[in-house]
Amino acid sequence: MRPHNQSRRSFIKGIIASGAVVSTGGLMFVSGCSENTTMPAAGSVERLISLNINGTIRRVDVLPNETLSMTLRNKLGLTGTKIGCDRGECGACSVLIDGVPNNSCSMLSHRVTGKDITTIEGIASPAGNLHPVQQAMIEELAPQCGFCTPGQVISSVALLNNNPNPTREEARQALAGNLCRCGAYDHYLNAVLRAAEEIA
Amino acid sequence: MSTKDMMPNFDLFQPSDMENAFDLLEQYGADAWPLAGGQDSLDWFKDRIKRPVAVIDLAGIPGMSGINEIADGIEIGALTTLTEIAESPLIQDSYGLLAEAASRVASPQIRNIGTLGGNVCQDVRCWYYRSGLDCYRAGGNTCYADTPEGLNREHCLFEADRCVAVTPSDTAPALVALAATMVIQNSAGSREVAAEDFFIGPDVDIERVTVLEPGDILTSIKIPSTWAGASYYFEKVADRETWDFALVNVAAVLRFSGETIEDLRVVCGGVQCTPRRLNGVEDIVRGSTRDEETINLAAGAAARGATTLNYNQFKIPLMENLVKRAIRDS
Repeated sequence: MRPHNQSRRSFIKGIIASGAVVSTGGLMFVSGCSENTTMPAAGSVERLISLNINGTIRRVDVLPNETLSMTLRNKLGLTGTKIGCDRGECGACSVLIDGVPNNSCSMLSHRVTGKDITTIEGIASPAGNLHPVQQAMIEELAPQCGFCTPGQVISSVALLNNNPNPTREEARQALAGNLCRCGAYDHYLNAVLRAAEEIA
Repeated sequence: MSTKDMMPNFDLFQPSDMENAFDLLEQYGADAWPLAGGQDSLDWFKDRIKRPVAVIDLAGIPGMSGINEIADGIEIGALTTLTEIAESPLIQDSYGLLAEAASRVASPQIRNIGTLGGNVCQDVRCWYYRSGLDCYRAGGNTCYADTPEGLNREHCLFEADRCVAVTPSDTAPALVALAATMVIQNSAGSREVAAEDFFIGPDVDIERVTVLEPGDILTSIKIPSTWAGASYYFEKVADRETWDFALVNVAAVLRFSGETIEDLRVVCGGVQCTPRRLNGVEDIVRGSTRDEETINLAAGAAARGATTLNYNQFKIPLMENLVKRAIRDS
């Protein structure tokens, strides 16, 4: 083997090695400070779990101390779910669990095995047609910065599934857990009522 | 101080029966953390203030949730969600006070997962304590809230003992007013404690807010039929209409005989470490007709004995007016 080849091979090896370092860095970020080097205690939960997300079963390696918002965003690439406060205060991370809105930041991923999870990515039809709520939000110019919008859509869809013809006050109560720092609340309520008319 | 990285490590257990849960609680002792809805617990973990070794998820244990009629009243599983309670026709019809209190907790998302048991067992909201300072409640030897410059607008009026934190629960005052009983189990057996005695102040134990000891699990809450169908009043005053904790809340049940208020129970939250039963108000009102004079006497007695801190004087008129409304508008 010529020295020239040798050096090219080590160059390529070096590239692969540094790539591996980058991806390890990514994983380190995902697992954060947790440094999962110790063995889990006997009888504690399995890390490899199945989650039913938007109608698809996803196998995923989940730490016992991982929230659903982390799993969705960092492990499954479903970044439509936003993390605002990470404390259950703002509702930006809302997802439907068996049709009920929940803050995914305040839910351990191991809690939702066997349940139907719908994220914002699963709201539009598979063909890409927007849900009437999403269309109405566009028409009512509801989102301003848009960060809270996925959560607002989730809460609105859950409301209309249970109560297709809500009053403005009922809509206000249903969206009470979704903070909008732009203050576009009235626009969101307009959109919910418009979507209700659309669905009827 | 919101962080968006992972919580510190813990081992998660999902026992499928009580036996297994008690074994785990025994095995890990003070390092174990029973988890109900998790809406208070996960915040503690994320902020790294409480660091359990083993988290024991109780949600998979059958029989821990649901609302059942029993011989005298109803029994509510401790893991029944606040939404289920607020929307239960049985509770709305006979124990409307509890349905209304549950519907005023936090936000829809939190009520959908937060449980009745968790709501009554949640820790106090004093931000000095919750930010991990070494205050009395955290095992230290000072109080950061009860100082001339301490931010104590949300803190207590009554029964301060080193700690001045208040009960944050909306359902706890309702349960005390309805004379509920808490059913507690541990590996040795089961015991029942009146809701009024379930909550303990800093004078009894400054590091706990309930009588629950390590190894105990609150499994259900019984509400006797004593106050079923009675007139009731619930109001919560908070800085925000949603999510926020009560500055003061009032829960009252009243029974009338003609124009006379035959009997009543009035309880305030947010004014001391435990839900405060207003015995003085009850004594004044019991046996009187509901008129201007009775209502004003009741309001005047509501905050008797209060000791204010630097920034919470407003809670006195707030409490008086809430009691006035409770008697007048129930």
